[in-house]
Amino acid sequence: MHRPGLISIWFFIGAVLLIYGILILGAGVYSAAVPESNPVVLANLHAGVWWGILLIALGAFYSLRFSPWRRKR
Amino acid sequence: MPLTPALLMQTTPLRLVSLSAIDIAIIVIYFAAVLGIGFYLKRYAETGEDFFLAGREMTAWIAGLSFLAANLGSLELMGWAASAYQYGILATHWYWIGAIPAMLFLGLVMMPFYYISRTHSVPGYLQLRYGEAARALSAITFGFMTVLMSGINMYSMALVMKVVLGWDIHFSIWMSSLTVGVYVFLGGLLSAIFNEVLQFVLIWLGALLISIIGLIDAGGWSGMVARIQHNFPGQSYTHLWSTLGSFSDNPMGIHWVGIVFGLGWVISFGYWTTDFLVVQRVLAARDLRSAKLAPIIGSAFKMAVPFIVILPGLLGLAVLPERLVGEGQAVATGGHSYNEVLPLMLARYCGPGLLGLGITALIAGFMSGMAGNVSAFATVWTYDIYRPYIRREATDAHYVAVGRWCTILGVLVSIGTAYLVMQFLSIMDYVQALFSFFIAPLFGTVLLGMLWPRATPEGGFWGLLAGTLSSIGMWLWVKLDPAALRYVALSPKAKDMAENMYRALWSWIVCVAVTIIVSYATRPKPAEELTGLVYGHTKLPSEGEYPLYQRPAFWACIVGAVFIVLNIIFW
Repeated sequence: MHRPGLISIWFFIGAVLLIYGILILGAGVYSAAVPESNPVVLANLHAGVWWGILLIALGAFYSLRFSPWRRKR
Repeated sequence: MPLTPALLMQTTPLRLVSLSAIDIAIIVIYFAAVLGIGFYLKRYAETGEDFFLAGREMTAWIAGLSFLAANLGSLELMGWAASAYQYGILATHWYWIGAIPAMLFLGLVMMPFYYISRTHSVPGYLQLRYGEAARALSAITFGFMTVLMSGINMYSMALVMKVVLGWDIHFSIWMSSLTVGVYVFLGGLLSAIFNEVLQFVLIWLGALLISIIGLIDAGGWSGMVARIQHNFPGQSYTHLWSTLGSFSDNPMGIHWVGIVFGLGWVISFGYWTTDFLVVQRVLAARDLRSAKLAPIIGSAFKMAVPFIVILPGLLGLAVLPERLVGEGQAVATGGHSYNEVLPLMLARYCGPGLLGLGITALIAGFMSGMAGNVSAFATVWTYDIYRPYIRREATDAHYVAVGRWCTILGVLVSIGTAYLVMQFLSIMDYVQALFSFFIAPLFGTVLLGMLWPRATPEGGFWGLLAGTLSSIGMWLWVKLDPAALRYVALSPKAKDMAENMYRALWSWIVCVAVTIIVSYATRPKPAEELTGLVYGHTKLPSEGEYPLYQRPAFWACIVGAVFIVLNIIFW
């Protein structure tokens, strides 16, 4: 929608994904460095690491592309 | 579409997964985000058009994703994954033939009449087309059905949180429902739609990983099929149509006639084209082309949802070491039930962080469905009951205030329903049938209203009433005399789902027949009163100035072609 001053929903989504990506990547790296005593199945794939990277990439793209500060400039 | 799994008889105080601090942080951030969006959008929801129809400014993408997210109730992920474990790939029919044709029909055929008439709601369209009696009947039945379904979903979600995480059931009910109540109270439909798009993204990103890692674990699709055949010899779990020639050849106990005409025609078209819960999202589109495109965009994503809902259930059949059983048997033996397949898969593959994201996906599914119910209830109550029958002349600000308080009222009634269900679990049996009572006949009334100029106000009202009463009558008949199933569902072997489908089909036929008979016996409306409401009396804007790739019909053809190919591949 194009209401003056209204921040795009895609910015909110990007911000949430960016924060989630950082948290999940951090947890994934920690799990890779310090393996758990009861690891999940296929823990060797380190899903948390690459899923965290994917979320960071998506989150950064949407946060920047739809940033309200960028629009103001 | 309302879901029917027996998630609700659980009494075992199991706890399938344990959350780490990072998982809890992810869930807390989610709650903060949806509330933050609600507070931010309050300033943009001051008029009735803003609060109830999001200013009619949504792009096709946002309206389309919100349209689909509102359908993702609390049981959507858990329940259909459970159904996939129980019935195999047959559960996919609810996503494909049970949704795609109807969504395309809504976009191409029905949306122009809803949009051009500038109605606020589906009962509002009935008022324009048939008059007050039809509007009142449909508004009251919709309001009743909506809060009841909302309460049922709320209770189910709280139960899921109790079983999966060990959370207190009262905490789950109040925490999640009040969060929804607050953000819809503040920002109305605008806030609901913004959050639904966020929830849609989180549902996908939270659930997708299970399917990806599960397929790696099972050795791809062919490896999964081979494992299922090894684990369950002699049973067909991976064919969509080839086992539907007889009621007894498939685990669902259903015949292809029921799937095609009951599910694919009446139930699906009734839900996707007349249930205001979903139609409201499309009415918020910024122009007619966006309104037509929104359901088509939604249908493309709907076609993909089995990848995150059905596939985990099938993968469960292939890779889970234990055999999941029905709810009663699980309670008796202390084992796991079908309904736990998704949390079990989540716990199997998702470590810290990812687990929190997966649980957030489940919560987001609940909240998007509930926000859909609550915002639709507030609109129908305010515009179709309060304004015409209680206070006809008031300011726009007054109706916005009523809508806001109706949101809270809807939440509180839903909470009350949830507690009622907790006390009387048998209510679930009745609620499963609500859809065939109210939505199937409504589809007949709306369809004739849009496509048949001769339909009269008397025909519309009596057809709707007769269809509703006949559906309730058939349901009572089978309750009192189970042998009547052979007449209602055409087979004594038919299961609950099949009975619901056939009852919906009969009630639709009764509605259409009565509408036609009464219409021929009464005086039709003058042609000038049908302008903008009926095919043949409405000037539909040309889309000739748009290039082919921007026309809704083009994308509908693409989605339709993919739909046919998918059905052939998984035949």
